[in-house]
Amino acid sequence: MDFSHNEQRRMLEETATRFLRDNYPLRVRHEHAAATAGFSRDMWSRFAELGLVGALFHEQHGGYGGTGFDIAVLFEALGRSLVVEPFFASLLGGSLLAELCRPEQRALIAEIINGSRLVSVAHTEPQSRYDLADVATSATRDPHGGWRLQGNKAVVPNGDTAESLIVSARMHGTQSEPQGIGLFLVDARAAGLERCGYATVDGGRAAEITLNDVVLDESASLGRAGEAFAALENAVGLATLALCAEALGAMQAATDMTLEYLRTRKQFGVTIGSFQVLQHRYVELLIEIEQVRSQLINAASSIDSGAPDCQWQLSAAKHLTGRVARLVAEETVQLHGGIAMTWEYGLAHFAKRLVMIDHWLGDTDHHLERCVMLARDTGLSATSAIR
Amino acid sequence: MDLRYSPEEQAFREDIRRFLEDRLDSRLREKVRNGQRLNKSDYENWHALLNTRGWLAVTWPREYGGTGWNAVQRHIFEEECCAAGAPRIVPFGLNMLGPVLMKFGSQAQRDYYLPRILDGSDWWCQGYSEPGAGSDLASLRTRAVRKGDVYVVDGQKTWTTLGHYANRIFCLVRTSTDGKPQEGISFLLIDMQSPGIEVKPIVLLDGEHEVNEVFFDAVQVPVENLVGEENRGWTYAKYLLTHERTGIAGVGFSTTALDDLRRIARVQLKSGLPLAKDPYFAARMAKVEIDLEAMKTTNLRIIAAAATGSAPGVESSMLKIKGTVIRQEINDLTRRALGPYALPFVSEALEAGHNQEAIGPDYANPVANQYFNNRKLSIFGGSNEIQKNIIAKSLGL
Ligand SMILES: Cc1cc2nc3c(=O)[nH]c(=O)nc-3n(C[C@H](O)[C@H](O)[C@H](O)COP(=O)(O)OP(=O)(O)OC[C@H]3O[C@@H](n4cnc5c(N)ncnc54)[C@H](O)[C@@H]3O)c2cc1C
Repeated sequence: MDFSHNEQRRMLEETATRFLRDNYPLRVRHEHAAATAGFSRDMWSRFAELGLVGALFHEQHGGYGGTGFDIAVLFEALGRSLVVEPFFASLLGGSLLAELCRPEQRALIAEIINGSRLVSVAHTEPQSRYDLADVATSATRDPHGGWRLQGNKAVVPNGDTAESLIVSARMHGTQSEPQGIGLFLVDARAAGLERCGYATVDGGRAAEITLNDVVLDESASLGRAGEAFAALENAVGLATLALCAEALGAMQAATDMTLEYLRTRKQFGVTIGSFQVLQHRYVELLIEIEQVRSQLINAASSIDSGAPDCQWQLSAAKHLTGRVARLVAEETVQLHGGIAMTWEYGLAHFAKRLVMIDHWLGDTDHHLERCVMLARDTGLSATSAIR
Repeated sequence: MDLRYSPEEQAFREDIRRFLEDRLDSRLREKVRNGQRLNKSDYENWHALLNTRGWLAVTWPREYGGTGWNAVQRHIFEEECCAAGAPRIVPFGLNMLGPVLMKFGSQAQRDYYLPRILDGSDWWCQGYSEPGAGSDLASLRTRAVRKGDVYVVDGQKTWTTLGHYANRIFCLVRTSTDGKPQEGISFLLIDMQSPGIEVKPIVLLDGEHEVNEVFFDAVQVPVENLVGEENRGWTYAKYLLTHERTGIAGVGFSTTALDDLRRIARVQLKSGLPLAKDPYFAARMAKVEIDLEAMKTTNLRIIAAAATGSAPGVESSMLKIKGTVIRQEINDLTRRALGPYALPFVSEALEAGHNQEAIGPDYANPVANQYFNNRKLSIFGGSNEIQKNIIAKSLGL
C-alpha cells in the first residue's frame, strides 16, 4: 500500500501550484471571468505551454498524463485558485475524441493540448436533468449521405466560445435508452447551429444550443455504432472525478481562509477562534474534507485499475463531494460572519463554486440514487477500493 | 386548546386579502414574484399604499397612527402580504426606530419624526455595526463628543442596509469610555445630508448593492437629536433589538417560498416525471414541510403568550434560529430543484421590463443567488450562534 504520488505527478502538482500562486490571484480570476469569453485566452495558452492541458491526456494521444490521479492532482490545484479557464470542457471533449476519433481527427487532440482549439461537449438537454441516457436531439440519415441534427442542448460548458462541439443525438431508440445515442463532431459555426451564451453563477460561462437541421458529413459521426454511450460514460466519469478534485481544492482554500480568520478576528476581546462552538464546527469540516479526499482516491484508483465498481466509486465520490461542499460553503461563510457575504473578501466565490459544482454532472441525490441502483442491479457496491 | 382562528380573525384576513388583490400594483407583484430588483420607489409606493389604508405601522399603537393590532393580527397580515407577492415593509423606521422613540424619545422627537416615517418623508437606516463591532456590538468606537449644542461624530458604520436610499440614520455612538463598554453608548439621530458623511457601497456575493459603509468625519449633530439620556443608548438598543426579532421567524416568507418550491417541483422533470414524485426529492421537501408546520405553531404559541403579556425573550431567539434555518433550507431545495438550470445567471433579467429571453424555465434566473444571499439570515440580527448563547445564558449555563 502506497498513498504517495509518483515523481511525475508530484512535479505536475508543484508546477501547477507554483504557477497559480504566482500568476493567478483572485483578482486575476475575476478579470478573466468577466471577459467576454469568460476566461483569458492568453492564460489558456500559458497553461497549455506549461503542459497542464496535456496532463489531461495519455501519451498515446499526445499528452503527458491522463490517469485518474493526474486529473485529480491537477484539478485540486485548479480548485484552490478557482481557475475559470476551460479545463473541464476540454477534459470532456478531449476524452471523447481520444476514445472515439478517427485517425484523421487525431490532430484535434493535439490542438486541444496546445491550447489552440476548444472542444466542448453538448450533451445535456432542457429536459434531461442529470440523466445521461436522456437524449431527444435527433440524428437522421440524410438521403444524400451524412447526417442531420435537430434538437436543443442546455448548459453546455464554454459552449459559447468552443470552436468545435461534440453533440450527442439519438439515431434510434426511445428517449432515455442508452443504445441508439450517437456522438457527432460539429463545427460551432455550422449552418443551423445557434448558440446563446451566458454567465453561470459560479463564475464560468455556458450556452444554450439550438440545432436546426444541421447537416453533417458522414465523418462527423464518432465511433462505431453502439460505442457512444460507454464512451460518454467514461468521459463523464473522468470529468466527475475532476469536479470532485476541484471541489476538494476549493474546500481547502475556503477552510484555510476561515482558519486564518478565526485566529485573527476579535470580538468580545478575544479571537473568535477561542469560542469552542466555532472550533468544533471548524474541525467538523476538516474531518469531512478528509473523507472527500479518501473517496476521491478510491474513485481515481478504480478508474486507473479499470475496477468493475468504478461507476459506483465515482458516484460515491460525487455524492459525498456534493454533501460536504455544501457544508463547507455554508459553514465557512457562517463562521466568518458578515464579511464573507461580500464580493470583495473572496470566500464567497469559493462558496459559490462549491455549492454549484453539485449542479454539474449530477447532484448529491442523483449520485446517491445511482449508488443504490448500481448496487441493486449489478451487486457492485462498496466492494472496497482497497484490495 | 383550539387551533382555529376566530371568525373575527378570519374576517380580518379576508379584508387584507381583498385589499391586496384590489390595490397591490400588479407590476410590483410581478417583480417580487419573479425575484427582480426593487428600487426605492417600489418600496415607497408600497408604504404609501399601506399608509392610505392605515396599515403601514403594524407594530404601533393607534395614538401614533399605527394599527394597534395584536400579535395574531400582525401575523395574519404578514402571511397575507407574503402570499400576495408584496415587498417587505422596510423595517428601520417602522419596526425599529418608531418603537424606541415612543418609549424613550422626547415629545418633540415623536411629534416630528413619527409622522414623517408614516408619510415617507424619511427613510431611516440602522447604524449599529462597525468593522470591529459585530456580535460584540458594545465595543463600538464611533465617537460623539459634545461641543456646545452639537455632538461632533467621527467614525464608521458598516453593513448599513439600504443606506443609499436613506436620508436619516439612527446610530449608536460612544460618548464615554468610563466603566463598562455598554455604559458609554448613546443613541443619536443623524441627518444623512450633514456635511462629513460619506456612503460607500458594499457589493455582496450576488453582485448586488444592498448594504453600505457609512463614514463620519466631524459630523455635527444637534444635541436635541439625542434620544433619551446620554450614555443610556445600550438600553434603548436592546429594546430595539427585541423588536427587530419579533416577526423574525419569517413564517410568511417561508410559507410563500415553500409554495413556490412545490410549484417548481411539480413542473421540473426528472426522468420524465415531476420532481415532486421523485422519492429522494420528495423526502427532502417533506422534511422541510414538517419543520415549517411545527414552527408555525411554535410561532403562534409564542405570539399567544406575548399577547397575554409575557415578553418574548428567549423565545424570540429560538424563532430566529429555527425560522432562518428553515428559510435557508427551502432556498437550498429550490436551487436543487432546478438541476443544471440553477447555473445560468443573467443579471439584466433582474430588471423588470428587460427583453432577455429566459434561459431555461422562466422562474430559474434568481434562484441560486437568492440561496446565496439568504445566507445572511443566520448572520444578521444577532447571529444564530449569539442567539444560542442568549438561550444558554438564560438557563444559567
Ligand atoms: C446583509 C447584511 C445586512 C446587514 N444590515 C445591517 C444594518 O442595516 N445595520 C447594522 O447595524 N448591521 C447590519 N448588519 C450587520 C450584522 O448585524 C452583523 O453582521 C452581525 O452582527 C455579525 O457581526 P459580524 O459580521 O461582525 O461577525 P462577527 O461578530 O465577527 O462573528 C463572526 C463569527 O463568530 C461568531 N461569534 C461571535 N461571537 C461569538 C460568541 N461569543 N460565541 C460564539 N460565536 C460567536 C458569529 O456567530 C460568527 O459566526 C448586516 C449584515 C449583513 C450580512
